[in-house]
Amino acid sequence: MERVKRLMGPIIRTSFLIMIIGGVLYPAAITVIAQVIIPDRANGSLIYNGENEVIGSELIGQNFTSAKFFHGRVSSIKYDASGSGSNNYAPSNQEMIERLKESAAAWEKDNPNTPLNKVPLDLVTNSGSGLDPHISPDAAYAQVSRVSEMTGINQQNLIELISKNTQGKELGIFGEERVNVLKLNLDLVELL
Amino acid sequence: MFTTILSMIITLFIALLLAIPMGIYLAKAFDYNITGLDKIYEPIEKCLFKIGGIKKQNQTWKQYAISLVLANSFMIVIVYMIFRLQGILPLNPSNIAGMEPTLAFNTAISFMTNTNLQHYSGESGLSYLSQMIGILFMMFAAPATALAVVIAFIRGLAGKKIGNFFIDFIRAMTRVLLPISFVAGLIFIGLGVPQTLDPSITAQTIEGTEQNIARGPVASFLSIKELGNNGGGYFGVNSAHPFENPNALSNLIQILLMLLLPTAMPFTYGRMVGSAKQGRTLFISMAMILVVFLGITLTSEYQGNPVLHDMGLQQGQGSMEGKEVRFGVGQSVLYAVVTTASETGAVNTMHDTMTPIGGMLVLSNMLLNTVFGGVGAGFINVMMYTMIAVFLSALMVGRTPEFLGKKIEVKEMKLIAVTMLIHPLLILGASAVALILPQGTEAISNPGFHGLTQIVYEYTSSAANNGSGFEGLGDATPFWNVSTAIVMFLGRYFGLVTMMAVAGSLAAKSLVPQTVGTLRTDTALFGTILLGTIFIVGALTFFPILVLGPVAEYLTL
Repeated sequence: MERVKRLMGPIIRTSFLIMIIGGVLYPAAITVIAQVIIPDRANGSLIYNGENEVIGSELIGQNFTSAKFFHGRVSSIKYDASGSGSNNYAPSNQEMIERLKESAAAWEKDNPNTPLNKVPLDLVTNSGSGLDPHISPDAAYAQVSRVSEMTGINQQNLIELISKNTQGKELGIFGEERVNVLKLNLDLVELL
Repeated sequence: MFTTILSMIITLFIALLLAIPMGIYLAKAFDYNITGLDKIYEPIEKCLFKIGGIKKQNQTWKQYAISLVLANSFMIVIVYMIFRLQGILPLNPSNIAGMEPTLAFNTAISFMTNTNLQHYSGESGLSYLSQMIGILFMMFAAPATALAVVIAFIRGLAGKKIGNFFIDFIRAMTRVLLPISFVAGLIFIGLGVPQTLDPSITAQTIEGTEQNIARGPVASFLSIKELGNNGGGYFGVNSAHPFENPNALSNLIQILLMLLLPTAMPFTYGRMVGSAKQGRTLFISMAMILVVFLGITLTSEYQGNPVLHDMGLQQGQGSMEGKEVRFGVGQSVLYAVVTTASETGAVNTMHDTMTPIGGMLVLSNMLLNTVFGGVGAGFINVMMYTMIAVFLSALMVGRTPEFLGKKIEVKEMKLIAVTMLIHPLLILGASAVALILPQGTEAISNPGFHGLTQIVYEYTSSAANNGSGFEGLGDATPFWNVSTAIVMFLGRYFGLVTMMAVAGSLAAKSLVPQTVGTLRTDTALFGTILLGTIFIVGALTFFPILVLGPVAEYLTL
């Protein structure tokens, strides 16, 4: 018992010491350096319009519903970035299958010119975060016919826009090719 | 497909290249003899020892174990109080109320045991003060504790003095965790991870609506989360959130950080016991399990969900439900396998949505709990299996088992047997209770066989101190808070203390001279026996539950 008592001094003092170093000094130091060197990144890669208002973050997806815009992935939280999440449907979950059937029906109604077998899975599945800013290039190309019809921009221009906004794999190897939906739509707005 | 596999080979190869020097560095960093590192760290550490009231004296294994359990318990108590009182404490701009008792109990234990099972939501459940001096503090303290313990454990095996818990704890902070997290944090910011104290911002979208975007000091959190094998997310969806993992490069660095300390440990061990070959054998054995599991999981996820195939959609991407486009199936699978092997628990894809066989493999990583394992605790588990393998081999040829020149006798084997049994006992016992009680089964969100897997996954993740989840499970209830907290606590400290006892007991024994008849533990043959032991002892225990859960789901899809 005497020995245990002797341990309590170092235990209490070391705990509070690490609490201050790890919990306060460390994040404070990183914050200061980040805000001085790379404030754009450190503040969330925000995109501004001409009037210097924030219109989004290039890393966070947005909920595009109008048929004249390119659409992102399914999001059960409707891209509400004050939180994050998804339904966590197992492959065997009937609710997911129902949701997919609805997505497929909606697709056929809105995109009569593009058959379902041209629709990549990423466009009709829920991303893990509910905030995925990207779709696959194929998912963007599949929407060209609809967007062209709704906006009057010819298909060739849209295809060029997509290819301009396609990011390759990192260092040519890591990750996947992708299109940032918000940036693509921002470019689209300029053509309108 | 080809580049995806190439990217994985490159990733694992870099991990290997980092593991060897890191292993040697760790052996040096915790060496009590004077090394070149002392010049850099000694002045700072002297000052910290003074503030901490730490005296440089060796402890017995019992004193070491008591120090670690008491220190961690004390930290649990203060952090519990911070969570409960956060409503009236400062740095709470969003006026978040104090945490409910069972949730605070769960969260404090969760972060102290390196598990980071999160039954709260980071965006709305914690004040800034709680995030900093509660969560972030423990994200350092937990791996520092584990690192100290594993070094003391290896010292015991090597026949050296056990050392002093407080000195090792401080050294783990100054020489390993703080410098690496600091550099990694800055790299993450460069790749797009936010680091700001401004909480959230409202954007006016081009469709004319508003989007509220939560931000925060994510990068500093992220680097220690991965390096310390903590795994708790700043945001609710962890590293699937684009702010917490913006691209495949940040993903790569996270994978490397998760693997860094667990893969270095065999090499540290090899150096400390004076036989690099011993360490290599262990490393290769574990790496083989990792690669095989990775291969099977990848195949399963690329095959995708047969139900969706029947709907006539374009094929080829694999199972994309719950995954992010920037990672695709490839980087999602690699991350899932690494996070469960290293018992980190960070996720960049929702494990609940994985195909049945893919989900089974990541679950198996945690059931075995020896595929590298978390920092410190994982390696101690590997050593437990090593000694079981030594014991079994010796029995087969009728000799007294010897390991590193020491006889393994009744006392050690009893301790090891109890340690080995506690893992399945916790998982299967707790799952059985949850399945009987309505409070348990009500939490299931995916009906059928998958529901069973959800429950087993939750307790496995707790017992293995992983912290990932089949997140559909509605686990933010008093029943789940209390039951998983108990499983996490026992899963952590029971094995650490019993294995410290084994090391202490071996350290006290005299060396037996090595003869031709001694079973060598640094050969490919022994590596094979070790793998066999892990699979027979570890996997067979869980075989029935895997058949009833993921296998049944697979067959009925």
